[in-house]
Amino acid sequence: MSFERVQEKLNILADAAKYDVSCSSSGSNRTNTNKGLGNASNSGICHTYTEDGRCVSLLKILLTNHCIFDCAYCVTRKSNDIKRAAFQVQEVVDLTINFYRRNYIEGLFLSSGIFKSADYTMERLVAVAKKLRLEENFNGYIHLKSIPGASDELMREAGLYADRLSVNIEIPTKQGLKLLAPDKNRADFIKPMEKVKNEIIQYKNEKKLIKSTPKYAPAGQSTQMIVGASGENDMQIMYTSNYFYKNFNLKRVYYSGYVPISYDTRLPQIGTPVPMLRENRLYQTDWLLRFYGFNIEEILNEQHQHLDLDIDPKLGWALRNLHEFPVDVNTADKRMLARIPGLGMKSVYKILHARRYRQLNWEHLKAIGVSLNRAKYFLICASNTFETRDLTPEKIKGLILQNSKSKYTDMFSNQLNLFG
Amino acid sequence: METTLIYDGSYDGFLTAVFTAFEMKLKAVTMVTSERFQQPLFGTYETVITDQEKANRIWAGLKKKMTANELRRFYYAFLSERPTMEDTLYQAIVYVFASKTNVASDFTNTHILEVSKLTKHVGREKHRMEAFVRFKLTKDGVYFANIEPDFNVLPLIKNHFKKRYADQKWLIYDLKRQYGIYYDLEQVDVISLEFDTDFDPSKTSTALFAEVELEFQQLWNDYFKSTNIASRKNMKLHIKHVPKRYWKYLSEKQ
Ligand code: SF4
Repeated sequence: MSFERVQEKLNILADAAKYDVSCSSSGSNRTNTNKGLGNASNSGICHTYTEDGRCVSLLKILLTNHCIFDCAYCVTRKSNDIKRAAFQVQEVVDLTINFYRRNYIEGLFLSSGIFKSADYTMERLVAVAKKLRLEENFNGYIHLKSIPGASDELMREAGLYADRLSVNIEIPTKQGLKLLAPDKNRADFIKPMEKVKNEIIQYKNEKKLIKSTPKYAPAGQSTQMIVGASGENDMQIMYTSNYFYKNFNLKRVYYSGYVPISYDTRLPQIGTPVPMLRENRLYQTDWLLRFYGFNIEEILNEQHQHLDLDIDPKLGWALRNLHEFPVDVNTADKRMLARIPGLGMKSVYKILHARRYRQLNWEHLKAIGVSLNRAKYFLICASNTFETRDLTPEKIKGLILQNSKSKYTDMFSNQLNLFG
Repeated sequence: METTLIYDGSYDGFLTAVFTAFEMKLKAVTMVTSERFQQPLFGTYETVITDQEKANRIWAGLKKKMTANELRRFYYAFLSERPTMEDTLYQAIVYVFASKTNVASDFTNTHILEVSKLTKHVGREKHRMEAFVRFKLTKDGVYFANIEPDFNVLPLIKNHFKKRYADQKWLIYDLKRQYGIYYDLEQVDVISLEFDTDFDPSKTSTALFAEVELEFQQLWNDYFKSTNIASRKNMKLHIKHVPKRYWKYLSEKQ
């Protein structure tokens, strides 16, 4: 491996891959067999954080940034005048192994621009994963980006060596996609996802019969949507997300606030702030769907198409549904406890344990770590001093905001200024 | 009158001290390692000799009273090395033994709650060390790392690294506590090292480390830089995730 050559390629091809936010290395269960190298731990590890605060757990690079397509939102697009480079298969293997041995990373995230054709590109991605597994006896995490339009056979092979596969939807609506990525069509994303889903189902069935069936994409598949590039609202984004969770058993959907990178008039101009607060609200909503038992219709619907920026979605839901409150923490079931603003699942778990011993009061809740500033309007406990006077939702919201210092407060006031 | 029991700093030593406190039916008792011990003005003190048998009996007693997870919490809290840790654990143990039912998760009890808080700190440090260890390849073909964790987490991260790096020799050294764990492709041993006086653990001297080592550090450094998105820069968040006290041994932060 020539150090200088690889160094130059790495700079170009890591830079081009950084807009993909799916960095997670969790959810796999590949164990180190016959004294090989590495394992994929179920919880995933962030080995460092970028200066913008995102977790670095994988070596995330493109195999090449040559591309025959011209998607407006992408730095790698054909019409963009940038330096191009391409890794050799062996170079990616060497980098991965050597970074892994030094405990810099949990594994590899390999994506690529499309050179020549979808299959030609996909074949090379698969070759990297195959080499890592079969020649290097590597058991760390491998995430391959499926190239839209790649053949079923290649998708099948990809799943045999990768822990996770993903196809980025990027643009949440059909119309948006047509406008910004005229070379792409939605069916090309769906097909590989369908294939992977079916393979995973088949794997699970076969595994019941034959123990030694090779693993197929054990960490499942994920996708990413860019937020704020094509004018869609939060409801459209989250319904799309929900659709993919339900129909393709996706493990994760990532939301990526659009970072302006071009002077294309179809897109927000360079210098437009990245919608980070909105991105954060979408993740919170996603979280409520996956771990808190909420249905998407409860949070976003025709009457309520946008998430509030000034309060989190759970608090927003609670304020629109005051008739469900107050909840008695000493008797309520887990589902309702999880719906109290200010209560995370860890607090819920602690409450369920602690209340077996005695009736909980404000002091207990505070000691457990409940954020009473928000929670006190929505619950009752074994104390006489209730906060549940008949307050209107507006009043409660005002009181909470007055007493909370959100890390986004500054940012939020900036955005308000924008609308003057 | 208060009795101070002095133990050797090991977990078994601590459990032996607990056993002793019960055996002597001490009312007011406090426990301290021989390193931290200072002769009290009032009260008596006594040195406890670590006794595997006695330690096992306390451990077995606790095992009967709580779940494996709760048991693990007590051990984690012990590794926090906090000066009040022994008293907290002792009080929690007294509470557990005094109750008929399992109260090890009764978070309304201040001692139990405190144990769970200490556990959280130690757990986080364990996780951080699994993330922030940076191996450097020595000329002898050993992957070597220095750490200075806030708590004594080497015993907790041993298995993680053993499972992960089964095919390379590695050594993780805790500079603060002056001992390390070394894997020789067969097993993990506890070792201590003598460093030359001019040894600088935050540097990669070419006398000790392989030539390619500096190249890979450079590549990792480059990678770290090019993966950052300047328009999303948020140093406050960055420092929250990677506190400055860890930077010394993180090659990407040099
Ligand atoms: S196909 Fe992929 S790499 Fe190529 S321009 Fe479109 S988004 Fe970018």
